[in-house]
Amino acid sequence: MSQWLTLVARNVLRHRLRTSLTLVGLIVAILAFGVLQTVVKTWYAGVDGAVPSRLLTRNAISFALPLPKSYQKRISAVEGVRRVTHMNWFGGIYKDSKNFFPQFAIDAASYLDMYPEILVPDEVRRAFLRERRGAIVGRKLARRYGFKPGDVIQLRGTIFPGNWEFVICGVFDGRDPKTDTSQLFFRWDYLNETLRVRSKAQADQVGLFAVDVVGLDSVADVSQAIDEVFRNSLAETLTETERAFQIGFVKQTEAILISIRVVSFVVIFIILAVMANTMAMTARERLREYATLKAIGFSPGYVARLILAESVLIASIGGAIGIGLTPPVAARLAELSATLFPTLIVSVNTVMLQALAALVVGILAALLPMRRAARVSIVDGLRALG
Amino acid sequence: MTVLRISEARAGEDVLIALSDVSKSYRRGAQIVPVLAGLTFDIRRKEFLALMGPSGSGKSTMLNLIAGIDSPDQGSITVGGENITLLPEAELADWRAANVGFIFQFYNLMPVLTALENVELPLTLTSLGRRERRDRAQLALSLVGLSDRVKHLPSELSGGQQQRVAIARAIVTDPTVLVADEPTGDLDRQSAKEVLEIMQRLNRDMGKTIVMVTHDHRAAAHAKRIMSLEKGDLSYLVEQRLE
Repeated sequence: MSQWLTLVARNVLRHRLRTSLTLVGLIVAILAFGVLQTVVKTWYAGVDGAVPSRLLTRNAISFALPLPKSYQKRISAVEGVRRVTHMNWFGGIYKDSKNFFPQFAIDAASYLDMYPEILVPDEVRRAFLRERRGAIVGRKLARRYGFKPGDVIQLRGTIFPGNWEFVICGVFDGRDPKTDTSQLFFRWDYLNETLRVRSKAQADQVGLFAVDVVGLDSVADVSQAIDEVFRNSLAETLTETERAFQIGFVKQTEAILISIRVVSFVVIFIILAVMANTMAMTARERLREYATLKAIGFSPGYVARLILAESVLIASIGGAIGIGLTPPVAARLAELSATLFPTLIVSVNTVMLQALAALVVGILAALLPMRRAARVSIVDGLRALG
Repeated sequence: MTVLRISEARAGEDVLIALSDVSKSYRRGAQIVPVLAGLTFDIRRKEFLALMGPSGSGKSTMLNLIAGIDSPDQGSITVGGENITLLPEAELADWRAANVGFIFQFYNLMPVLTALENVELPLTLTSLGRRERRDRAQLALSLVGLSDRVKHLPSELSGGQQQRVAIARAIVTDPTVLVADEPTGDLDRQSAKEVLEIMQRLNRDMGKTIVMVTHDHRAAAHAKRIMSLEKGDLSYLVEQRLE
């Protein structure tokens, strides 16, 4: 190791307690930054995972209002539409209101065909199609509540009155890690037939139609054509791409997302201040050493590089540990948050942002001490107290 | 002991360092404090000169000017024929690395480097390879009697030993001149004596030119020549030659 590197490395270890505390601060900051960025990214996961050829048709007033099931035939007849399926948000409570997870009543066969990202084993699919009260649960949800095939579970309806019993037919997985496996799907015909008995006014109503379009070029035309069919009807429709629908959904929580983003950067700013203070203190204490180095012939640049390297080295170590800890912490957070975050996967972008943040903190924290150490006159530096 | 005038001292001698009409003042708040005013004198090659004088007389300032770590407000300083007051900062740093060895009152060693690494430090500015640097640093340490302390950190050495490491660091590049600012000021009597004997040996056996600032008459007695700089009359210089 060169003498310069030896000096840098040993200087880092010189005040072990101070360096350790600074490192802890850095690790926490880079970790918090990464986790918060991942939370924001996950919030947009639905947007990123949207299939461009899929349209969603909902009530034009609000997606909380239903549409008549009879619309499905007329949507299917629109030119450019390959297939249509429908679904209802159920919003039931499992045992206690804190046990939130998404539940959808779906037309089993057509829905699973149109959503290939939901991987259902053949025997599970057959059982699901056979059992009128059947339900399939995502892997994460099954793990959380211990659901097994054959289990009978009960949900208390909030939108649809009464208690509802379901037979678990099996577990589905996601095609990729972004697919939400914290959901429960059950059969729409079970919902509808029960509503005909319990709450007739809610029967034959659909929350959303999912529309598969023949070609990507015709997505905009098909969307317009569907809404045109129902113009001036009692329930006008709004058809948009799955991505636009997800963005609209996310936009409702945009203020929270902006706050999370701001907090993540504030955390970095705070650690920058802490780190800058550490480096300033370090450089002030070593002013006489820097003056000695300059006296014996080392350039001001050499001295400045010593401080920069020390700062960047500390920031890099803290950053690397923080980055390394982010995936397990995010995974644990996803587990703890139940079904709020179906999955918290740290993206390459987030890792790069974390690394960049650590590097920027290391460089910025060193700037003022570098300038001071490089510019102080040798005579003044030699007079400084060590 | 004879007292010589400066003009007599310069006549026919091999001059290494020449200060000509050198002035230096410092700003203290709004006040400008003159320290040296129109100082002219020479230091001969292979001389061991002790600069004495009360606090604030300008002796450390003069040492700093000779060593090229401070610059005069006016006048010129020539060392070995080179007018160092004309050198830009970067060249002056190179000049110091090649020509000046520093011995400080508080040793000023790098606390995280071993004795050997401290001595080797100035050699990293040269084109020498790692092996040769190590060999020369070992040799310098052996000259000051610290061959058995190469791997010790400064904190593991006594004050006298630290100052001897500092002397080894000062001589390792074989500089033309050694400047020492109160080199025994932080040492007990025995350690001070050892350090001064080493400096005497460097001057006598290796022909090193040494300029030492000191308050201590016992330390000054080891020099070949003592100069006293009096505050208030900066142009007046008393020179004594020890025979």
